Amino acid sequence: MHKTKFLDHVILLCGVFLMMAPVVVAFMTSTHDAVDVHMNGLQVTWGGHFTDTYKDMLLKKGGFTGEVTGARMVMNSFILGIGFATGKVILSMMAAYAIVYFRFRLGVVFFWMIFTTLLLPLEVRILPSYEVMTKLGLVNTYTGLIVPLLASATGTFYFRQFFKSVPDELLEAARIDGAGPFKFFFDILVPLSKTMIAAIFIIMFVYGWNQYLWPMLMTNEESFYTLVRGIKQILLVWVGSQIPEYNQAFALAILAMLPPVLIVVIFQSWFIKGLTESDK
Amino acid sequence: MAQVTIENVSKTYSGDMRAVNSVSIDIADGEFIVLVGPSGCGKSTLLRMVAGLEAITEGSIRIGERVVNDVEPAERDIAMVFQNYALYPHMSVRQNLAYGLKNRGTPKPEIEKRVADAAAILEIGSYLDRKPRQLSGGQRQRVAMGRAIVREPAAFLFDEPLSNLDAKLRVQMRGEIKQLQKRLGTTALYVTHDQLEAMTMADRIVVLNAGRIEQIGTPLEVYRNPESAFVASFIGSPAMNLVPAHGESGNLRVGEHVVAMSNGHAVPDSQFMFGVRAEDIRLRGEGEDADMELTIDYVEELGAGRLVHGRIGGARLAVSLPSGEPLSDRLHLVLDRDRLHIFDHSTGRRVRREMETAG
Repeated sequence: MHKTKFLDHVILLCGVFLMMAPVVVAFMTSTHDAVDVHMNGLQVTWGGHFTDTYKDMLLKKGGFTGEVTGARMVMNSFILGIGFATGKVILSMMAAYAIVYFRFRLGVVFFWMIFTTLLLPLEVRILPSYEVMTKLGLVNTYTGLIVPLLASATGTFYFRQFFKSVPDELLEAARIDGAGPFKFFFDILVPLSKTMIAAIFIIMFVYGWNQYLWPMLMTNEESFYTLVRGIKQILLVWVGSQIPEYNQAFALAILAMLPPVLIVVIFQSWFIKGLTESDK
Repeated sequence: MAQVTIENVSKTYSGDMRAVNSVSIDIADGEFIVLVGPSGCGKSTLLRMVAGLEAITEGSIRIGERVVNDVEPAERDIAMVFQNYALYPHMSVRQNLAYGLKNRGTPKPEIEKRVADAAAILEIGSYLDRKPRQLSGGQRQRVAMGRAIVREPAAFLFDEPLSNLDAKLRVQMRGEIKQLQKRLGTTALYVTHDQLEAMTMADRIVVLNAGRIEQIGTPLEVYRNPESAFVASFIGSPAMNLVPAHGESGNLRVGEHVVAMSNGHAVPDSQFMFGVRAEDIRLRGEGEDADMELTIDYVEELGAGRLVHGRIGGARLAVSLPSGEPLSDRLHLVLDRDRLHIFDHSTGRRVRREMETAG
């Protein structure tokens, strides 16, 4: 028995090592200066330039126009991530509420229409979406960045399943207690969905945070750059004999990783509850 | 407080599914009515129509003087207790009780007073600030009752409220609900599939079968004089013995046995089902002629007595006998002539005999 346990841990530790090693290497490399990285490649030791690198990365204006700082990119990423996640939660909750609790004409048809959009991710409809946004004049705006991504079959589907598991008697009790559709939604359904909302918010935040293709298409002003795009941009600045700021690229990568990781770590208990809890 | 009048109410679902068929019940103010029947008999549908959760296809329902067919559930002045209690899981007990009043715009001090009163009546004061999930089944049941009480409704509607409790608690809550209802004097409509609940709680029982009323009456009436074979087999435990038989010049013939009937008890000369309760059969006394002979299959010891299951001819029969004495394989039995029931062979309705029509 004891031996098996030991082996289990070895396997787990291997996994941890595989997952963590690249992150550690990236972090260590980011604490060296650019020349060092250029000459000696990836680093696994502490380089001592931690504060310099991160200060530069956050505050020094860079990019092609020299307008965008790391801090600005962090802000943009947050706007995208939070706006995306919030919008998606609200929209899919309302859609699911309509589908589950209201009998309207062609309700089932609408549900399946929403459902089939699962087959049409953004990448498939990226050109028409872009065209619509251009015609609406929403290129280079946060609205244009966020809104086309919002309609979500996944979110709607999760909430639909959840609402369906809420006992009918609760609705009936609320009706007898004099709660109309709005009251029932806000007083009963939303508080009940708390953990579910948290779970979907986390998933969607990470998804929004990691968006690359759509922001690249929708925004060409550097002031709209997100972290994920910024990493690439730093490496592209290769003017003459100038060495790309590898250390800053790694620092950005670390920074880009941090918020999603933190959110998942902090909210993981909620997250697990939201996906597994059936105690209503 | 009000009377509830159900008049020729029917419920038809899409297609020709008739869940409730032309049901009429007059419920007096303060009366405790129990709707009982097997699953699918329409009892819950009927209750939900009174509550306003289910549309009424035909007929009308009045609460007090008002026809409530098209009135929203919240406006009907009723309170409902659900089988799974349907407490709001994210609200404390206090909030659960207050929610309906708050929605109605009752002033705060009034809400607090009513919640405190209800809590005192139901002895739930000590856990007003807990969430439903921290409570046991019995406590949740009380909270659900509390939620009904604070509204001070014209009528309580109970939808199998005790089915989720264990047997011991069920007996206890049965008594408490009954007492509470008497104390508050509120009209109550109670749905259950458990005939024992119906017998013990009701002022009057309504037995439903396949969407129709089989019989309305006090528990004793329904038990003693079932109007149909269905009621006879549904009410009472063990169920009434129903045995195919026929009349032979006024006497009862069951298989090879002939049960002699005196004048008043004479049975019609035709095919019918005869019914007799297990406790209305006794062992033959000294020097007495037996009516029939029972071959024993098995015996259930109940402590206070025992239930002997056996056969006469091909038909099954249960007999309730005192415990203790050893039994032989075959029992010589005598029927209580006053407690025999005759049901029509095809319709299952009660066939009245001379002595019944007389008085």
